[in-house]
Amino acid sequence: MTARERIAGNVAGYVDDRTGGAKWMKKNLQKVFPDHWSFLLGEICLYSFIILLLSGTFLTFWFDPSMREVVYEGAYEPLQGVKMSAAYASALEISFEVRGGLLMRQIHHWAALIFMIGIVVHLMRVFFTGAFRKPREFNWIIGVGLLTLGIVEGFLGYSLPDDLLSGTGIRIAEAIIQAIPVVGSYLSYFAFGGAFPGLAFIPRIYVVHVLLLPGIFLALITVHLMLVWYQKHTQFPGPGRTEKNVVGYPLMPVYMAKAGGFFFIVFGVTAFLGAVASINPIWLYGPYNPGQVSAGSQPDWYMGWLDGLVRMSPPIETYLFGYTISWNILIPGLILPGIIFTGLALYPFIESWITGDKREHHLLDRPRNAPNRTAIGAMALTFTLVSLINGGNDIIATSFDLTINQMMWFSRIAIIVLPPIAFIVTKRLCLSLQRADRDLVLHGRETGRLVRMPNGEFVEVHEPISPEKAWLLTSHEQLAPLELPEVDGAGVRRPAAIRNKIRNRISRAHAVAVPKATETERRELEGHH
Amino acid sequence: MSNSESREVDLIKDPGLPAHVHRRTDTDPVAAKRAERQVAILFSLSALGTLLLIFSFIFISDETFIFIPVMGETNAHQLGLGLGMAIALFCIGAGAIHWAKTLMPDEEIVVQRHEFRSDDEDRADFVKTVKEGAANAGLGRRPLIKRTLGAALGLSGLTPLLLLRDLGPLPGDDLKKTHWKAGTRLVTDPGDRPIRPEDLEIGAVAQTQPEFPEGKERHLEDIAKDAVLLIRMRPEEFNLDSERLSWTHEGIIAFSKICSHMGCAVALYEQTTKHLLCPCHQSTFDVTRAAKVIFGPAARPLPQLAITVDAEGYLVAQAPFSEPVGPSFWGRLS
Repeated sequence: MTARERIAGNVAGYVDDRTGGAKWMKKNLQKVFPDHWSFLLGEICLYSFIILLLSGTFLTFWFDPSMREVVYEGAYEPLQGVKMSAAYASALEISFEVRGGLLMRQIHHWAALIFMIGIVVHLMRVFFTGAFRKPREFNWIIGVGLLTLGIVEGFLGYSLPDDLLSGTGIRIAEAIIQAIPVVGSYLSYFAFGGAFPGLAFIPRIYVVHVLLLPGIFLALITVHLMLVWYQKHTQFPGPGRTEKNVVGYPLMPVYMAKAGGFFFIVFGVTAFLGAVASINPIWLYGPYNPGQVSAGSQPDWYMGWLDGLVRMSPPIETYLFGYTISWNILIPGLILPGIIFTGLALYPFIESWITGDKREHHLLDRPRNAPNRTAIGAMALTFTLVSLINGGNDIIATSFDLTINQMMWFSRIAIIVLPPIAFIVTKRLCLSLQRADRDLVLHGRETGRLVRMPNGEFVEVHEPISPEKAWLLTSHEQLAPLELPEVDGAGVRRPAAIRNKIRNRISRAHAVAVPKATETERRELEGHH
Repeated sequence: MSNSESREVDLIKDPGLPAHVHRRTDTDPVAAKRAERQVAILFSLSALGTLLLIFSFIFISDETFIFIPVMGETNAHQLGLGLGMAIALFCIGAGAIHWAKTLMPDEEIVVQRHEFRSDDEDRADFVKTVKEGAANAGLGRRPLIKRTLGAALGLSGLTPLLLLRDLGPLPGDDLKKTHWKAGTRLVTDPGDRPIRPEDLEIGAVAQTQPEFPEGKERHLEDIAKDAVLLIRMRPEEFNLDSERLSWTHEGIIAFSKICSHMGCAVALYEQTTKHLLCPCHQSTFDVTRAAKVIFGPAARPLPQLAITVDAEGYLVAQAPFSEPVGPSFWGRLS
C-alpha cells in the first residue's frame, strides 16, 4: 500500500466513522451517466449559473444600488458633470475604474445570455425527445419554473445599472403593471414607492435580484438535480439499451473529469466572450431620464419575443362604465405569456391524457417517432420566432431597407398563419422520415453501385444495414390510439360521450405513424434482393 | 393496446450492446504516453494564461489602447485580463476532458433500473398509516377544530399583505395631474429657458418642461409626466377642428411626450411626413391631425396641451392637460 492509498483510506474511514456513508458513497460514486452531447445542455445551464453567482458577487462589492442623485466625477470624460443616479455612477466606476470590472460585468451579462439560451435549448431537447414523460413530470415543471424566473431575473439584472436603455425597459414594465384591471395603478405605486420612477425601485429590485431569486434558483436547481440523480438519467435508444437499464460511464472518475472539465470550458468560453465581445456598453446610453429614449431600444433576446408581441398588438382599448381596459397591453403582456407558460408546464399531463399512457419511460423518443409532439414543438417555436423577429422589427427594417409597417404587417399575419403551417409541415416531415427509416430497414442502404442485369436492366445494389442500425430504427413503440366507448353496453350514450369522442379524435391524430418494419416483412423482402 | 402488442411479436431483435472497441491509447503505450503529454501541455497552457492575467493586471495600464483587426481600438488591459482568464480556465477544462477521453476507462457500464412504484403491500401500509394518522388527529370528527384552524390560517395570510401596504402611497389622482396649469411657461429641457414663438423655426422640435418656481427641484417623476414636445409647422398644414386649432399658436403645437401606449418618450419626429414615432413599439402619431394614431399598438392620441403667449410674449399653457398623460390605467377616465 502506498502512502497515498493509505491517506485516501484514512479520509474515507474518517468520513464513514462520522456519517456511516460508506455504502451510500460507494453506490453513488459508481453512479452511471449515459453519454450524449445533448445531455450537456443542462450542464451548461448549471455552470453558467455558478459563473453568474461568482461574477455577480464580484459586482456587488462596488455596485451602489441607490437612486440618490449624484454628479458624476469619475474617469469617463463624456459624462463628467452629468447628474445621474448613484447606481449608474457605480456601474460606470466598475466599468472604468475597477481593474477587471468591465470584464466581470461583461462575463456576468454573457453568462446570463448563455444561461437563458442553455435553458431554452435544454427544454427543447427534453421536449422533443419526450424526456418529460412519467416519472419526470415534476422535473419538467421545475424546469419551466426556472425558465420563467430566469426571464424575470435577467430583466431585473439588466435594469440595475439604471442607464437610459434599462430605464426605458422598467418604464414598459410599469405600464404593464398599471394596465392590470382595477388594482394596476395601486400595484404600480406600491412597487415604485410612489410615482414612476421614484427612488425606491433600484434598491428593491437589487434585493430581489441578488438575494431572493438566486435563493429560489438554488433551491429549485438542487431539487432538479437530486431528481435527475435519484431517477437516473434517460438514455437514447440503441442496441442493449432498454427501459430497464442505464448504460453509460461511472461518476468516478470519468464523469467527474468530463463534467468538471466542462465547467472550466464553459467558464473559459464565457471569459473569452467577456474579453473580446462588448456587451451592454451602458456608458454610451447615458443616465435614465423619462423624457428621453434612444432609437433602436431593444430588450435582451429572452424578453425580445414578449416585446415583439406587444409591438404587433392591434390598438384595442375598451371603455366600460368609465373604466379603461388596455387589451393592447394585457393580451401580449400578460394573457398570452400566461397561457404559453401554463400550457408548457401542463404539457406532460396533456400528452398522457391524449395517449392514455401511464407507464414509466426512460428511453428517449427520436423526434420523428412522435410526429404530433414534434409538430406542436415546431409550432410553438415558430410562434416565438415570429414574435422575436418582430421584437427587433426596427433593427431589421433599417438593416434590410424595409419599412416598419411592412415588418409589422408581416408579423401580424405570420403569427397567425405560420405556426399552423409549421405544424403540418413538421408532421409530414416526421412521417416521411419514418417512411425512409422503414425503407432503409427493408431494402437496405443504397450503395451507388449499378449492375446491369442479363436482360439489360440496370439496378442499384442495396446492402442490408447492420443489425444494430435495424434495431435502432425499429425499437420504438407504436401505440394504438385510444378507443374510449361513446355508448355503454346497452347502446345508450354515456355521460362523457362528447369528451370521449374528442379525446379519441385527438388520440388518433397523435398516433398517426408509418408502421415500422417487422422481421417477417424483412425476411419476405430478402428473397427479392 | 392489444393491437400494438400483436405487432411487437415479430419485432426485429435487439442485438445487444456492441462489442467494446479499444482505443489506441489502451493498446499502444506510445499513444498513451503521447496523450499524457498532451494533457500536461494543456494544463501548462492554463498556467501561462494565469501568468498573462497577472501580467496584464500589474503591468498594462488601463489607458493602453491597441488596434486589433475586426475589434478595432481595444483596451489592452481588459483584453489581457480577459484572454488570460479565458485561456487559464479553458485549458484546465480541455485537459481534464482529454484525460478522461483518452486515458480513463471507456468501457460503458450497464446498471439495472428499478420501477419507482413500491410494491402493493408497502403502498397499502403507507395509505393505512396516513389514514390512521389522520384519524388519530381526529380532524374529520372534530369539525370545530377544522373550521377554526382554517379561518385562523386564512386570516394570518393577511399579515404579509397588510405589512406590505406601506411599500408606497395610494395613487389617488396623482396619475391624472401634471404641473401644467393655465399660464405656466414652457421652458427648454435642458436649460430651463422660457421660449418665444420666434425661437422656433418652421420644422423645429423642442422638448420642454413646465417652469418651476425658483428653488423647486425637478425630479424624474416630474419629467415622467410633464415632458412636452413643441413642434412648429405652417399653420395651413394643420388638419384640426376649430377647438384644437385654438390650442395651437402661430403653427406651434404641443403634445405630451410620454407615449399613450407604455410611457416611453415619443422622441422621433419625421419632418417630411409630420409623424411622431415612439421608438419602443413604433406607435406612429400624425401631428397634423392632433397626434391621431396612424400605426402601431397605441390606442389613443398623445394628449395635446393648449398653448398661447403671455404678456411678455413667452409661450405658456392655456390650461392644464384635458386628460391624463401617459399609459392607460383602470380609473383613467373616472
